[in-house]
Amino acid sequence: MNIVQVKEVKKTYIQGKVEVYALRGVSLDIKKGGFAALAGPSGSGKTTLLNIIGGLDLPDSGDVAVDGSSFSGMSQADLAKMRLNKIGFVFQAYNLIPVLSAVENVEFVMLLQGLDKVERRQRAKDVLDDVGLEGKYDRRPAELSGGQQQRVAVARAIVSNPSIVLADEPTANLDSKTGNGLLEMMKEMNEKKSVTFIFSTHDDMVMDYARRLVQIRDGEIADDIVK
Amino acid sequence: MPIDITMAWRNIWRNPRRTLLTVAAIGFASTALVFMLSFQFGVYDTMINSSVNIHAGHLQIQAKGYKEKMAMRYAVADPVRMGNLLNGIDDVKSYTYRAEGFSMLSSSDRTYGVLVTGIDPDKEKQVSTIKSLVRKGEYLSSSNAYEALVGSLLAANLKVGIGDEITILGQAKDGSVAASVVTVKGIFTSGIDEFDRSTVQIPLKTFQEVYSMDGAVHRVVVVCKSLKSVSMVKAALAEDISGIDEKYELKVFDWMEIMPGLLQSIQMDLISGFIMYIILVIVVAFSILNTFLMAVFERTREFGVLMAIGAEPGRIMKLLLIESITMTSIGIFLGMALGSVFSLYFQKHGIDFTGASEIMNQMGISGLMYPKLTLLSLFTGPMAVLFITSVAALYPALKVKSLRPVEAISYN
Repeated sequence: MNIVQVKEVKKTYIQGKVEVYALRGVSLDIKKGGFAALAGPSGSGKTTLLNIIGGLDLPDSGDVAVDGSSFSGMSQADLAKMRLNKIGFVFQAYNLIPVLSAVENVEFVMLLQGLDKVERRQRAKDVLDDVGLEGKYDRRPAELSGGQQQRVAVARAIVSNPSIVLADEPTANLDSKTGNGLLEMMKEMNEKKSVTFIFSTHDDMVMDYARRLVQIRDGEIADDIVK
Repeated sequence: MPIDITMAWRNIWRNPRRTLLTVAAIGFASTALVFMLSFQFGVYDTMINSSVNIHAGHLQIQAKGYKEKMAMRYAVADPVRMGNLLNGIDDVKSYTYRAEGFSMLSSSDRTYGVLVTGIDPDKEKQVSTIKSLVRKGEYLSSSNAYEALVGSLLAANLKVGIGDEITILGQAKDGSVAASVVTVKGIFTSGIDEFDRSTVQIPLKTFQEVYSMDGAVHRVVVVCKSLKSVSMVKAALAEDISGIDEKYELKVFDWMEIMPGLLQSIQMDLISGFIMYIILVIVVAFSILNTFLMAVFERTREFGVLMAIGAEPGRIMKLLLIESITMTSIGIFLGMALGSVFSLYFQKHGIDFTGASEIMNQMGISGLMYPKLTLLSLFTGPMAVLFITSVAALYPALKVKSLRPVEAISYN
């Protein structure tokens, strides 16, 4: 079953007076439970594609559907609801809310979903335990290492059981050992809990872990390898 | 505690120095507004009470036309009947009768044109503070003696002292010549130069005899138990006198109608004060606007992340508004507390303005000024600060609404 369907997506940016073609009619399907990487050099369009799959940006033409819901005609509010219920994000710079503790950061998504306090606190702690942060619930982001912060970000992304987790260069700010540990953890989540992961990366280590590697160059899919 | 409030509180203290400066600006403005408004209200009270207690009273009953023309014939023919009406109104503290006539006043050296006032010495001392203002000699002893109480500046101008004789020459109510000689019994200083320069008071019965008043008076002067009860007493009195059949229709005037100049000077002072307060409040509003614009710029990426994980812009706006209202409320609360402390301290001890006594005497107030803390002076300024700063905080909050998540996340 395809959890993500991308059809003939085109996206153009204006940089100064120059028109930049970020995506030139990309079509792509990702299956449920996939562990795929969108790879390519800087400016290839991989992050733009990830943002469009995540509903953070809208294509100029073409369509995207996640878990059967097409983004066409959706308002910003609809897209916000879609992101809240079906998509988890992991960012390169962790991007945790600095004034919230680890457990509060993870809880926040469930708070937006309207879950009651007792349930969301328990679930947030369980997921933090799963990512190896047992006992660090009350630490603020500034009190955690980069690797620990990225684990909190992963916990935040998966806690509400989204249809897909989109990770934009998740290991870029981590040393190789920490990055490896993070990828191991995400692979385990993927295998044990069938969480679908889609990465945007130019890190060889991520590409090695990915079971499917989609190479993007100049806004087009150059290669699509299923390992 | 709801997470929005927890987040707002923690966000406020992310940059403690900036928060403290903003709170201090709001607090300072609120303190200043509470104290300055209390001070203004205190001064107005002093001005009104000085004028009311020295001469004018809170209310006056006059014949229609007397206020405008001050002609002798516009008189209240049966003042005792008015007294009986006033005795039946609870909020009336005291009252007295006065009759007046413009006359030439001559000493052995000089002549001046002044307003001679006939007063009932016993009733007058319950209405006016003039007895306590006698600096030389004594207060009038009885209602039919040929003696006078003279303002200090007029006495100096006439070059008269205690025991000297003054000749009064004017026109009586019936058109005949009113002439008499009175002895200076006392000299008073009210502090109001205009009053001290133009006032001569003689016993009412003497006045009625000299000016052929036939028992009539020109003013029935009423002092109420408080400034607040004036309008109520005025309404009751107006109703009571409406049916009385006198030659001239009777009218009730309050202190604002009797002393329009005083009311206008209070209004002018209030307007100029409000212009200054508005400038102060706008300066504070810019301060909080700056703080929140900085917060929006600094936290744009964070707002992008919040939107990416599913928060709607309205929720982020709400968070920002909670932060601004919390910060403003802390400043306002501190300002109200400090403003109240200052106001109450000086309400008890007064502020010494003896250096400006010349100007203050013109306004009828002494060298010590007392602020008056009221609910109005406590809340008006701070609530204006709350309103203006809330409006100022709306702009940065609305900017969040126009953010696109993808642009916000990559904002540097």
